[in-house]
Amino acid sequence: MSDLFGAPLSVINVGLAQFADPIRNAGANVAEVEWAPPAHDEEIARALARLINRPEIEAANQTAFGRYLAAQPTLRGVGFARDVLDGLGDRTILHSGPPITWDDMCAPVRGAIAGACVYEGWAETPAEAETLAGSGEISFAPCHHFGAVGPMAGIISPSMPLWVIEDPVHNHTTFSNLNEGLGKVLRFGANSPDVIAHLEWMRDVLAPALAATLESLGDLELKPIMAQALHMGDEVHNRNGAASALLIKRLIPAALDAGLEPKTLSDVVTFINSNDHFFLNLSMAACKSMLDAAHGVPGSSLVTAMARNGVNFGIRVSGLGDSWFEAPASIIDGLFFPGYSTADANPDLGDSSITETCGIGAFAMAASPAIVQFVGGTASDALANSRRMAHITYGRNTAFTLPALDFMATPAGIDIRKVVDTGIAPVINTGIAHREAGIGQVGAGITHAPLACFSAAVTALAETIAD
Amino acid sequence: MNMGTRIIADMYRDSVALMKISSSVTLLDGVKQASCIMATAANLELLREAGLIHEDPGARPNEVLIAVEAETEAALAAALDAAEAELRADPIVADENGVTSEPLRSIEMALDGNVEANFALIATPGPFAAAEAMKSVQLGLNVMMFSDNVSIDDELALKTQAEQAGLMVMGPDCGTAIIDGAPLGFANVVRRGEIGIVAASGTGLQQVSCLIDADGCGVSQAIGTGGRDLDSRIGGITTKRAITALGADPDTKVIVLISKPPAPDVANDVLEHAVATGKPVIACLLGLLRDKAGKTGVTFADTLEEAAHLAVTAAGANARAPGGLIDATLPGLNDDRRYLRALYSGGTFCYEALTMLGTTLDGVHSNTSSVGIQTLNDPWTSAGHTILDLGDDLFTRGRPHPMIDHRLRNDRIMAEGEDPGTGVILFDIVLGHGAHEDPVAAMAPALSAVPKHDDGGPVLLGFVCGTDSDPQGLARQRDAMVDLGVRLADNNAQAVRTAAAILEGTK
Repeated sequence: MSDLFGAPLSVINVGLAQFADPIRNAGANVAEVEWAPPAHDEEIARALARLINRPEIEAANQTAFGRYLAAQPTLRGVGFARDVLDGLGDRTILHSGPPITWDDMCAPVRGAIAGACVYEGWAETPAEAETLAGSGEISFAPCHHFGAVGPMAGIISPSMPLWVIEDPVHNHTTFSNLNEGLGKVLRFGANSPDVIAHLEWMRDVLAPALAATLESLGDLELKPIMAQALHMGDEVHNRNGAASALLIKRLIPAALDAGLEPKTLSDVVTFINSNDHFFLNLSMAACKSMLDAAHGVPGSSLVTAMARNGVNFGIRVSGLGDSWFEAPASIIDGLFFPGYSTADANPDLGDSSITETCGIGAFAMAASPAIVQFVGGTASDALANSRRMAHITYGRNTAFTLPALDFMATPAGIDIRKVVDTGIAPVINTGIAHREAGIGQVGAGITHAPLACFSAAVTALAETIAD
Repeated sequence: MNMGTRIIADMYRDSVALMKISSSVTLLDGVKQASCIMATAANLELLREAGLIHEDPGARPNEVLIAVEAETEAALAAALDAAEAELRADPIVADENGVTSEPLRSIEMALDGNVEANFALIATPGPFAAAEAMKSVQLGLNVMMFSDNVSIDDELALKTQAEQAGLMVMGPDCGTAIIDGAPLGFANVVRRGEIGIVAASGTGLQQVSCLIDADGCGVSQAIGTGGRDLDSRIGGITTKRAITALGADPDTKVIVLISKPPAPDVANDVLEHAVATGKPVIACLLGLLRDKAGKTGVTFADTLEEAAHLAVTAAGANARAPGGLIDATLPGLNDDRRYLRALYSGGTFCYEALTMLGTTLDGVHSNTSSVGIQTLNDPWTSAGHTILDLGDDLFTRGRPHPMIDHRLRNDRIMAEGEDPGTGVILFDIVLGHGAHEDPVAAMAPALSAVPKHDDGGPVLLGFVCGTDSDPQGLARQRDAMVDLGVRLADNNAQAVRTAAAILEGTK
């Protein structure tokens, strides 16, 4: 109390705005909170209150965030899923987002799974594949359960090639599938013969060529490329033009040294060159690597994954083990390609929100003003987004800086407590898939992670904290 | 008549903000009535009672419901649009570079931007207030909880946690405080001075601080503790902490304690604390009889008026003598007009009146319980002498407090005016921040509707609790009351004595 009389009165006013002016007029400082009931739920509000400024949580977050910062995702090579994913069954297919059964899956994911079954030779046609997939003979699991991530449907089947990313600091490996390019692609649920043929080309030509190239190149640290791309107008989620170019710049000399057939070299370079999103999958696996490093610290309230399966949005939290906290995935309000509208949109889909979890993507939107219009905003919205996210994150990642904000480090380490306390939902840049399989991307926009995931996690974390 | 509703999803606005919008929409052309509410079950029931909704509008508690009754379809649509536009209007804050800054959404967020903050003023719905207070304490802030409906278990937990952290939790249900000269909550603008106040009663604190101001003295700090602090379950944690702080405060020369009757063991403990400061202590523990309370080193006051008088005297200034009646010839009354009808907005004023009159008038009724008082069977209808606390939950459920919204009391004033047995209608008018911006204007229609005393009607007797520095202006309010035919006392105790004397004269 001596503090109260000893120091100048400085008030945080919560709830009734009319109380602020009289205090201010009397010469005291007032900060006005635009209060709303946390999660609109008394029990959650109480659980949250118990977690605020708890020493054990602050210490756990410091540890988790330190590991996130220290991670050094390094591209080591390309390998096949069955060889590099521990414990992947012979007939297991991985998908994006939290766990989901075949019956509950959205059409693009089902279409992609059917395509994968044909690709694996388990079925002759997509129709036959769907019957097989519904029969219970195929098991499904989230990519995240195998240290992997995949954009959109995120399908990984045993004979698909994967990027292999190692973090030597924490001796941990993460994975992502290879980007198929644009147009009719498996990740949007397309499964026609040409899609399968392209996958086979990736398996038989692209993957060995990349493997040889990487062998020749040696280890490639990914954070510097991402950091540089942020300075070149990418946010490394929905815009990867600069990062892809930087990658190609590194790959070409190595590919030339790798002794590839001229035709192979030409096809591979042409393919990579034609796809501005080629780097996306590497960006995602690098983010997964940094966040896995932060995962599993008891008591930590930091989010280590946000992912969508086209039906549900799920998050994982460092201190809450393997649990997913889920809520229905939202329909994205974005800009649509000609001829398409919200009515065509599938609910939010894909593991690519791992980038936002990691502090890039929409969190680094200030780096990428060009994308802002594409996702329906103005340049000042982009700056505001990056600033706003700083209110729900533990800290800043000095590896990733934003020129437009005077090289402010990107906000990173989403804290479930801050999300629920402020009601500020993590912002996500994303492409929009057609709700029917195989049609592909119909637009892009900005969406937000559903708050219900975070409030459920707050309740769960409170249960782990003793009074 | 055209009725309609609109639901605004995922929005929270506090009740005051919603009332402002409701009232501005009600003023639109062609609108009969309009209301914006958080769609809680209790609020929906109120709209149903008001006839604004008939069937379930399908709104959830985290949604704002706009309900309008208008004369035409066009007026209805315009009103709904206007309400929604007002609800959605976001205050835009821009810094000197024109960059809009993010509204503060949480205490922690506010603290991130202002590390110097040392105090949180919490006025949220009760069920959430304990959580906000707990956060504040854990973040190292002193707390004033304006909110009520906080459980005593939560109160004890909060106060204990704060005590361990060297912090103070004022409240819950702490309506008023003045810290470093800043009025917090429903406080009056009083001079700064040497008298420190610790009060478990909001209107008690307001009355004493205003009377000190009227005598030309001032207040160093006025600390509200919440009404239950002197309950044996809480044990006066905040009161004792406040006393200790005032004891150590070089600007405080005199300490005044104000409360309803405390638990005896707590009273003893608190008074010992007060004596230990070595400063003059004035204790006004309403209802605790002076002879029973005897404690060396403490001067006891029976009324708020006397407490202010003793404090001013102890501070070495001249105080107006307490104990008199209004400075005018007492009006007479017809034989039938035998009853007092006291309609208080301030709970402590009601309690003080009951302690003063409960044993002197026969058959005093009230909605609150006190020794020798009969509880009204129907609080909405007076019987014999009736002394009401219209700020009681019973009357305020779903409505603003009568210090803010005079409609409920106005209705009651008019009802008492029509009762041929009513001799004196006694009421308080509370000024200060948070109170109605012009109480006299709000009450004038009802007061004018009461039959004039000159024509055989009852006596209108009131007092204004406020200062000239209050936004409403004490002198302006008093003058306007006099113009309305109201006889004015200086304070509640004087008004109560005067009422008793007028009624005595009719015997």
